[in-house]
Amino acid sequence: MEFEPVIGLEIHAQLKTESKIFCGCSTKFGGSPNTHTCPICLGMPGVLPVLNRKVVEYTIRMALATHCTIAPVCRFARKNYFYPDLPKGYQISQYELPLATGGWMEIEGTNGASRRIRIHRIHMEEDAGKLIHDDYKPFSYVDLNRTGVPLIEIVSEPDIGSPEEAASYLRAIREVLRYLDICDGNMEEGSMRCDANISLRPAGTGGLGTKVELKNMNSFKNVQKGLEFEIRRQKVMIERAEPIVQETRLWDAGRNVTVSMRGKEEANDYRYFPDPDLAPVEVDQAWIGQVRSELPELPEAKRERFVTDYELPVYDAQVLTSSKALALYFEAGLKEFARPKLLSNWIMSELMRALNKSEREIEACPVSPRDLAELLRLLDSGIISGKIAKAVFDEMFSSGKSAQSIVDEKGLVQVSDQSEIESAVDQVMSENPKEVSEFKAGKDKLIGFFVGQVMRKTKGKANPQIVNDILKKKLNG
Amino acid sequence: MDIHSLPMHRIHDLLESRQIGAVETVLAFLERISSIDPEVNAYLATFGEKATEEAKLFDSGARQFSASPIAGTPIAIKDVICMRGTSTTCGSRILQGFVSPYDATVTEKLRRAGSIFLGKTNLDEFAMGSSTENSAYLKTRNPWDIGRVPGGSSGGSAAAVAAGLCAGALGTDTGGSIRQPSSFCGVVGLKPTYGRVSRFGLVAFASSLDQIGPITRDVEDAALLLQAIAGYDPADSTSVDLPVPDYRAGLKQPIEGLRLGIPRQYFIEGTHPEVEKAVREAIATCKNLGATIVDISLPHTEYGIAAYYIIAPAEASSNLARYDGVKYGHRAQNSADLMDMYRKSRSEGFGSEVKRRIMLGTYVLSAGYYEAYYKKASQVRTLIGRDFLEAFEKCDAIVAPVSPIPAFRLGEKSEDPLQMYLSDVFTLPASLAGIPGISVPCGFTSENLPIGLQILGPHFREDLVLRIANQFEQATDFHLKNPEVKGGGKCK
Ligand SMILES: [Zn+2]
Repeated sequence: MEFEPVIGLEIHAQLKTESKIFCGCSTKFGGSPNTHTCPICLGMPGVLPVLNRKVVEYTIRMALATHCTIAPVCRFARKNYFYPDLPKGYQISQYELPLATGGWMEIEGTNGASRRIRIHRIHMEEDAGKLIHDDYKPFSYVDLNRTGVPLIEIVSEPDIGSPEEAASYLRAIREVLRYLDICDGNMEEGSMRCDANISLRPAGTGGLGTKVELKNMNSFKNVQKGLEFEIRRQKVMIERAEPIVQETRLWDAGRNVTVSMRGKEEANDYRYFPDPDLAPVEVDQAWIGQVRSELPELPEAKRERFVTDYELPVYDAQVLTSSKALALYFEAGLKEFARPKLLSNWIMSELMRALNKSEREIEACPVSPRDLAELLRLLDSGIISGKIAKAVFDEMFSSGKSAQSIVDEKGLVQVSDQSEIESAVDQVMSENPKEVSEFKAGKDKLIGFFVGQVMRKTKGKANPQIVNDILKKKLNG
Repeated sequence: MDIHSLPMHRIHDLLESRQIGAVETVLAFLERISSIDPEVNAYLATFGEKATEEAKLFDSGARQFSASPIAGTPIAIKDVICMRGTSTTCGSRILQGFVSPYDATVTEKLRRAGSIFLGKTNLDEFAMGSSTENSAYLKTRNPWDIGRVPGGSSGGSAAAVAAGLCAGALGTDTGGSIRQPSSFCGVVGLKPTYGRVSRFGLVAFASSLDQIGPITRDVEDAALLLQAIAGYDPADSTSVDLPVPDYRAGLKQPIEGLRLGIPRQYFIEGTHPEVEKAVREAIATCKNLGATIVDISLPHTEYGIAAYYIIAPAEASSNLARYDGVKYGHRAQNSADLMDMYRKSRSEGFGSEVKRRIMLGTYVLSAGYYEAYYKKASQVRTLIGRDFLEAFEKCDAIVAPVSPIPAFRLGEKSEDPLQMYLSDVFTLPASLAGIPGISVPCGFTSENLPIGLQILGPHFREDLVLRIANQFEQATDFHLKNPEVKGGGKCK
């Protein structure tokens, strides 16, 4: 029997606010343990939370960008459980009344067609701290710097049909978060985290199988691999007629397997109830309008604009807008060099190849848009050849030097001077009389040999078009 | 002249006119504490040295008595309110040794107003109780009868004021914890409107009900102490941004023409006959002062206890989760693992009433029970609130007993929690509705036990409640009577 997976994702995104969600402490990553804390985020007796309005604003941004409905009144609720990284013994989250519900996200499906993944809800909550286990002694230490860092949880409907789609959805969410400038989207550092719900059902049927919750997948690759493993595991179970247990499983990236964490019967009862310390949050149309008016251009809109304004192929527009930083790079380059297609070609081929090879993100690209534009100007005006331009680019990428300085230093300016090239041609012809007569006898293919010889004489700087013209004229003359 | 039997405003007058010194005043109270408090057990901690240092600043002129109408007067704070650098135990073993790293908003405000803190007073553990017998450290006794409880949970503060162990005190009220002990101890206790006084730094019992308020020797002091602590606090999202009136200025206004509502549900069988008699006489006094008496109904009164004992424990079960032995307070030794450490620390740290309420609260919030209990109780709470709103269309304020009974004997109800809960029947509804209420002395039983009159007003009408209480107080002399506590022989 054929099975199809039914996948839903719960994405936690750390918001890039300056201060924490309920106190004034810094949200900066990586301070020494417990230095970004105060009585409030330490959960001291008697303290009270005060909501950081910026968190609501950021969440409204995400809700608008994902076409959600924003509740005029939402509430914070307490999620009660004991753990040493949770100083109050409860996490302030949202439960019955989240800020946003019922949105969607457009992604590229497995077959290349566009797919719409529905978003169930987006809510605000506080992050927990971190435990550091002593490797040698039976102790654990608690670092509460992360406690109270604002998070949003984006819960999708189970609309995702494959691990590839899951990764694609996750990427799309990350891109929107980055476009909105509300989250770093760094899965390795934990500023974006992803849990999945997955079940299998016979292909083409509408039912839902027993779902398993998958946690601990801290990269795009691991999300995909974890889901792939879980599909294989559940398939084998079904084929062996063994029941699938509703449980939470952890992805073990070292062993490439998922392992059971806890069953449903051991599941926590979080005893949610409205937090009496925080008033309901009211979001009126004026506030929504204000946030909407300040929204940056989102990937979809940008893509369309690149096609219409710059006359780029859809494919180019898609690649260039796949990250906000890349789109920014492209448009910055365009200011200095107004030939969109040529610039796009260079970004998509040379630049992205070099970035991939050096495992760098566009943000860390050693060649600035201005530098690339300068190189392309040199190429476009015939000062250097295409071949030399590629070599210059590699040099720019590794040394960080500008195109002009490399060209000057190495004397790479293309020779277009008619007489200079003519004298080189004459020299080559006189040095190779045998080949000249063979060519004249009809061996046309030798033209390549002559071009090569002339280029060697000019150290590659001769304008190849002019070399060709002069050679043909002289050899045929 | 006995300084300890004077209200704060009188002491302040004497201080300001240099008839007495601030150090002299503090020492008088400290001396009385050392002689009387071993009998009363009102204090968990005293700050004699610090208080004397503070007082010196006033005497030397470094601090001014003009800072506020209570500047330089020594007061006591219920040990559930945080004060930087001092221990805050909440009457619980689980917070033994915990020193607060910050000031509560009220503490900070009182510092600015020039209060001198004598010490922290005893209470039922985490303010859960009506007798101050649930403290892990001491059983506070009623200064009017050492064999009886002072009421609770602010029993330490009420007893301290009654016995002249401080000029005034702060208590907290969640379901009657200011009003009931004030009535048992024959002093004035005001529970402000929910949101009138910042809760920041008040260790939470039930967050949607807790309020800090004054416990004093007379109504004018209650007005002055409330003035010093009231007002919006950006650190407390549930505090309300409304202007605070001049409470003392309003006290003198007569109550002629005011309509006072008498809720028939507050005069029930089981109320002590002498309590009922005293309250009826108090109503007659108000009538003589020109008030109109109207019969009103608060139909959902009888559901108050049930709703309260679901909502308050539910919130408490969550509020008390932070006492887990990880960060501060008591941690059990020799635990096998994390779960064992949690279990042992909390079993050893909490007393039985606190455990009872944590279990109750955990149960009513559990999946499958939430709707039937917590949700339902919240709906009942809304109905009780509506009762008052409708009543205040017919009357300006409500007059009733504080408690159906006067102070009971130590141990009398501690074995029967339900009997204990029932003694809060007249104070719980106002807490659930969030309206202000005061207890003002209105008589004594034949056994010389004080009886309190409860006056309730609409939200943020502390001014009205205080005015009625003041007019009643000025027409009577119950507040002038003092208990005779025999201490180490130095005082009367
Ligand atoms: Zn903090």
